[in-house]
Amino acid sequence: MTPPPVTATPAVEHGTVVGHAHGHAPKAGLSHFLSTYVFSKDHKVIGLQFLFSTLLWFLIGGLLALAVRWQVAWPWSDVPVIGKLFAQEGGQMSPEFYTMLFTMHASVMIFLVIIPILAGAFGNFLIPLMIGADDMAFPTLNMLSYWFMWPAFFFFGASFFVEGGAASGGWTSYPTLSTNPASSPASGMGQTMWLLGLTMVGVSSMLGSVNYMTTIILMRAPGMTMFRLPMTIWAMFITAILQAFALPVLTAAGFMQLSDRMLGTGFFSPEGNVVNNAIAGAGGGQPLLWQHLFWFYSHPAVYIMILPAMGMVSDILTVFARKPLFGYRPMVYSIAGIAGLGFIVWGHHMFMSGMNPALGITFMVSTMMIALPSAVKTFNWLGTLWGGKIQFTTSMLFALSFVSMFIIGGLSGIFMAATPVDIFIHDTYFIVAHFHYVLFAGTAMGVWAAIYFWFPKMFGRTMNEFWGKVHFFLTFIFLNGTFFTMHILGAVGFPRRLADAYHYETFHHLQPMNAFMTYCAIGMVATQVIFAANFIYSMFWGPLAGRNPWNANTLEWTAPSPPGHGNFDYQPIVHRGPYEYSVPGVEKDHLMQTDPPNAAAAAAAAAH
Amino acid sequence: MGKRLAGIFWSLLFLAVPVLGVATFAIAPAYDYWLPKDVSEHGASIDSLFYFILALTGVVFVVTEVLLFWFMWKYDAAKQKGEATYIQGSHTLEVVWTIIPAATLLFLAIYQMNAWADVKMRRPAMSPTVEVVGRQFEWRLRYPGRDGTLGTADDLFLVNDLHLPIDEDVLVQLKSMDVLHSFFLPNVRIKQDAVPGMKIPVWFKAREAGEFDIVCAELCGWGHYKMKGRVTFEPRAAFDAWLERKYAEQGATQPPPEAADVAAAE
Ligand code: HEM
Ligand SMILES: [Cu+2]
Ligand SMILES: [Cu+2]
Repeated sequence: MTPPPVTATPAVEHGTVVGHAHGHAPKAGLSHFLSTYVFSKDHKVIGLQFLFSTLLWFLIGGLLALAVRWQVAWPWSDVPVIGKLFAQEGGQMSPEFYTMLFTMHASVMIFLVIIPILAGAFGNFLIPLMIGADDMAFPTLNMLSYWFMWPAFFFFGASFFVEGGAASGGWTSYPTLSTNPASSPASGMGQTMWLLGLTMVGVSSMLGSVNYMTTIILMRAPGMTMFRLPMTIWAMFITAILQAFALPVLTAAGFMQLSDRMLGTGFFSPEGNVVNNAIAGAGGGQPLLWQHLFWFYSHPAVYIMILPAMGMVSDILTVFARKPLFGYRPMVYSIAGIAGLGFIVWGHHMFMSGMNPALGITFMVSTMMIALPSAVKTFNWLGTLWGGKIQFTTSMLFALSFVSMFIIGGLSGIFMAATPVDIFIHDTYFIVAHFHYVLFAGTAMGVWAAIYFWFPKMFGRTMNEFWGKVHFFLTFIFLNGTFFTMHILGAVGFPRRLADAYHYETFHHLQPMNAFMTYCAIGMVATQVIFAANFIYSMFWGPLAGRNPWNANTLEWTAPSPPGHGNFDYQPIVHRGPYEYSVPGVEKDHLMQTDPPNAAAAAAAAAH
Repeated sequence: MGKRLAGIFWSLLFLAVPVLGVATFAIAPAYDYWLPKDVSEHGASIDSLFYFILALTGVVFVVTEVLLFWFMWKYDAAKQKGEATYIQGSHTLEVVWTIIPAATLLFLAIYQMNAWADVKMRRPAMSPTVEVVGRQFEWRLRYPGRDGTLGTADDLFLVNDLHLPIDEDVLVQLKSMDVLHSFFLPNVRIKQDAVPGMKIPVWFKAREAGEFDIVCAELCGWGHYKMKGRVTFEPRAAFDAWLERKYAEQGATQPPPEAADVAAAE
């Protein structure tokens, strides 16, 4: 099979299922349906399965957040609409219920949304396409990595309905609150199911990460050297390494906690621990041990939750600035730097925990230094925009807002890294502000950028730009209204996780500000209706996109939209890096990675 | 033309971030939405570090956000005639913007160490003024009593109502009976988790009399929100008189029920 000339790429694809590299004979009926759409081993289908599942959980997590915000703004008032569903005292929420809500909001968002949407949805969909492979190295493992999410969905979802309710020990699940069933009504079955769910998410992530590493190392198209990989792939690669090294610790810690709870061991409970007048377990352990193990995973995990978004945003910025990425290698090294340093900063979550304060100093130094690669990345993003020719597409606006918001989240990290300052702001809303700026204003906005950007590749159609911009504008306004003010609450010392803080003299006057934030949060969630409608409508009725609607350079844009099974209709050969935009002397303003060198030379000659 | 207007609109939206961001921080103190009153000796150094970092990050925040706005404004495709600049990076710039932040961050880390050591590492040589024990959902207090030693028969037991003398070092011995709690005195800039199985020393010196909140800052169960205590700082004489009064009250109702519980947490 000879590759067709590049220019023959049709602008609009009609018969969408084009790639038949594997030459499947059409199968009939139910088994065909199951193997194509349900138990598919095609990385694109699996990616979309991850995408749809995580978006649904995103909705659930968002609604949980609204309920949390309701209680914070108007404690003990009747909850509208859903209040009747769980009403004990005529529609108002109990403190037990509130505690469960914020625990499950965070757990759902972190473990069922952010981690799987980045690695599971985008990692799966993009890795083979962007490196020029026809699929993942281990398609069956890949399928399993999706299906292992279902037990997790089940455990998290069903735990709301067991006796005592879902887990209520915070997403950090600190012992002995989490290990001793006597300490909280939800510390029974709900907590056990939380641990099992977490383990399943871990299995899924591990299957994915082994696959991503192998695929990226072994299955790159001819000519695709490591330093020709787009940033998205570099980020996914390093994220996969982070997962593979950090996750076993969390899994082990999870089993230790299960064993403390079910087998009566005492890894995390000290001698003679009395909870609610009941002697707890065997004793002889240490509550701080859990915190060390948990954060040894969960600090790297916060980077697992942002590096892929950074990668995707880097790529999107170059496309819509029509410019090469500024400082490609420093960008790669800084991701690697973040990942490396990410393993030696976990103690910054434990400055007040009772850990030896001398150790706190070491962790302060390493934590300060991890802000460095983040700063380098920010400067390079700005450098990428400088001198560009910026197109304000919806995707670009989300990507720009990622940069703008990440600056805020990164800078607030410095306050908390400073141990003396952290004495005051630890466990206050300052922390809540910080991680929402990196995770919501950062990662979630990055994910939207990516959805608007790769939607044409996923479904062959583009999303509506006008409604996309409305969605962006409202989300941007409301998110800052909700989260920026949290810094101020934190400066007053307003503690997180309190069902009602206004009986404290110190925090008494903060209710109006909290009410304002809740109004913004309601607006923010309501805005997502626009997104959902645009998404669903465009999937079926959006304008056809063609192969390369954004005139981008990377390999996925040479494949049909959407790509068929096996992805490419010819073997892509890579001739250059991914960021050759606005090359001087070349007529069209972008050179795809596959454009043959002589075509580039010819174009240059023609231009003279 | 419409395109250019759109570009202007979006750039200004991004300019609103530093403008409103700085404005929020500038206005908040006027509404008392700000650091609560500090009555401790060490608090001033913590607050000044906070302000120092605020100023430093504030400058970086404004500069980077304004650059972002400026690039959006200036390099709008609707405004650009020619091609984008083909540039892949700059070695010099990379070195500059690596070295300067690295040095600043390292300095910042070193600059914090003394204050941290004062609050958490340079423990005064004295026996505990009081033992504070977290328990779902209250603060149990134990004063050493007339013999000045904790754990003897004349200890004084109280709940949630902490009194401490001003103008002298006090040493709190912090424990927990059941789950994690955190002993947070916003007006003293003190926070320390109470951990089952550990005795953690906490020390400070109050400079001003007054009554303030004790907040539990670590999730300890459904009643976490109501785990509130009060701390009263008073001159030594008033403090001693208060102790005597409480001591007499306790004598009348000896032994308090908490005594057995607290002993069990040893
Ligand atoms: C510029 C680099 C960063 C620095 C210096 C930094 C520093 C810190 C510190 C010191 C804490 C602990 C605060 C405390 O509990 O007192 C913290 C919490 C947190 N950070 Fe960051 N951070 C940075 C970037 C990020 C990023 C990129 C993410 C996620 C994508 C992130 C997510 C979180 C989360 C989720 C928490 C709170 C966890 C919890 O207690 O529930 N951080 N950060
Ligand atoms: Cu961390
Ligand atoms: Cu508490």
